[in-house]
Amino acid sequence: MMKVALIGLGSVGRGVAGMIQKKDLGITITGIADSKSGAMDPAGLDIASLLANKGRNGSCGDREISASDVIKKADYDALIEVTPTNALSGEPAIGYIKSALLRKKHVVTSNKGPVALAYKELRALAEKNGVALRYEATVAGAIPIMHTLEHGLLGNEILALYGVLNGTCNYILTRMAAEGLTYEQALMEAREMGYAEADPTYDVMGIDAAIKLVILANSVWGDSKQLSDVDRTGIDLLTPDALRLAADLGCTIRLIAEAIPRKHILRVSPRILEKNHPLVVDGTLNALTLETDMAKEITLIGRGAGSIETASAIIGDLLYINDRYVHRA
Amino acid sequence: MKLEMKDSPGQLVAAIKPISEVGGNIIAVIHQREPDAKEDTLNVQIVLELPEGLLERLITLLKEQGVHIQRINEERLLFRRTVILIGHLMHTDLSDTVDQIDSTGFAEVSELSMSMPAVQERSTSRITIKALSKPDMEAALAILRRVSRQKSLLLIEPLEEIA
Repeated sequence: MMKVALIGLGSVGRGVAGMIQKKDLGITITGIADSKSGAMDPAGLDIASLLANKGRNGSCGDREISASDVIKKADYDALIEVTPTNALSGEPAIGYIKSALLRKKHVVTSNKGPVALAYKELRALAEKNGVALRYEATVAGAIPIMHTLEHGLLGNEILALYGVLNGTCNYILTRMAAEGLTYEQALMEAREMGYAEADPTYDVMGIDAAIKLVILANSVWGDSKQLSDVDRTGIDLLTPDALRLAADLGCTIRLIAEAIPRKHILRVSPRILEKNHPLVVDGTLNALTLETDMAKEITLIGRGAGSIETASAIIGDLLYINDRYVHRA
Repeated sequence: MKLEMKDSPGQLVAAIKPISEVGGNIIAVIHQREPDAKEDTLNVQIVLELPEGLLERLITLLKEQGVHIQRINEERLLFRRTVILIGHLMHTDLSDTVDQIDSTGFAEVSELSMSMPAVQERSTSRITIKALSKPDMEAALAILRRVSRQKSLLLIEPLEEIA
């Protein structure tokens, strides 16, 4: 049995806990924490009752036990860090991840902040301690982009990557094109559907897509790019006429993130694409095209968000670690 | 293309008509009597611009008119790129924006579609640029990017890098 500690019980954390409980994956949760409380048991916790606690009084475990306590004291092989993203400081997640790595524990995270802000440092720390740091869930939700890059395309030189990395923007653009809605109307609809936050800035200004692009670029090319290195334009100024004028030519508009090192391009911007272009996906879907020297173009399409979809990426990382490190040890 | 046809009234028109039918644009017609040409035939050279993939159709139509095609030189001289501009296009002098491309001599705005909602609202236009070569197109787009920045216009470019 692989032992894991789960930090963060939002939608993603609950999805992961639920799937570990439901599916026979050989994973047991020995530590758990939300923002207010924590619980530990080396023999495995009763997840169902902890989640019921959370539903009842807002905290899953003992209020005397903090997330840091669980990370520092619980008995586990891998830490699952799924607290909310702080794109500016990356905290407290960076601290959590560091303290797990220092204990020689593997780390799996869906948190974009630490990976975008402190990738080199965290990766070096993981290497020094002989453990893995995996973050499949940070980019394009359920799409196994990191596994594809690391394993499926091994030996290929990645020349460029292009992607639809923000489901909120893609939903808004899909609806503007399909129904002739204004940006404001489509955004309101996205909010009603639960696809957009009350403050949509992070999504519609392309910040979320840019952070994911930074994570991809740093992973693929070992760069130390930051959010400020991305040439970024959002979708908030698009007009229904723009989508109509594009449609007249059999085209549409999508928010595309692209990294082309040979041209020094690291950019997120609305672009005109033919409707039958592989990156033109509908609704909240994500899509990514990799251009490589041997495989040429490969496009992956899938769900970029959602509790269970994100759990898919996290569990994939955990089982990979289990197979590669824990199981063999 | 170099054409050979009967030297009788209406023949030149018969040769030119199919070109407009398929949406071609005639740039030049060179009509010269060659000393060694047969008495009753006329040789004509036509320089034209044709949308992609319509050459076969034009050849068929010309043959139907009894026109003999002696030679076709196909040159892909023209690069096209369609972009969309959003912003206060009129207040920021759209004709100046277009002029900045046209005055280069190597690129020009060949099509412009525009929508104008209420006066104070931002307008949207779709602009097709033609250039003689790929570097010329890049240079024209660089100008457009600079002008858009100066005039606070949102420029939406096509994703051309991958097919």
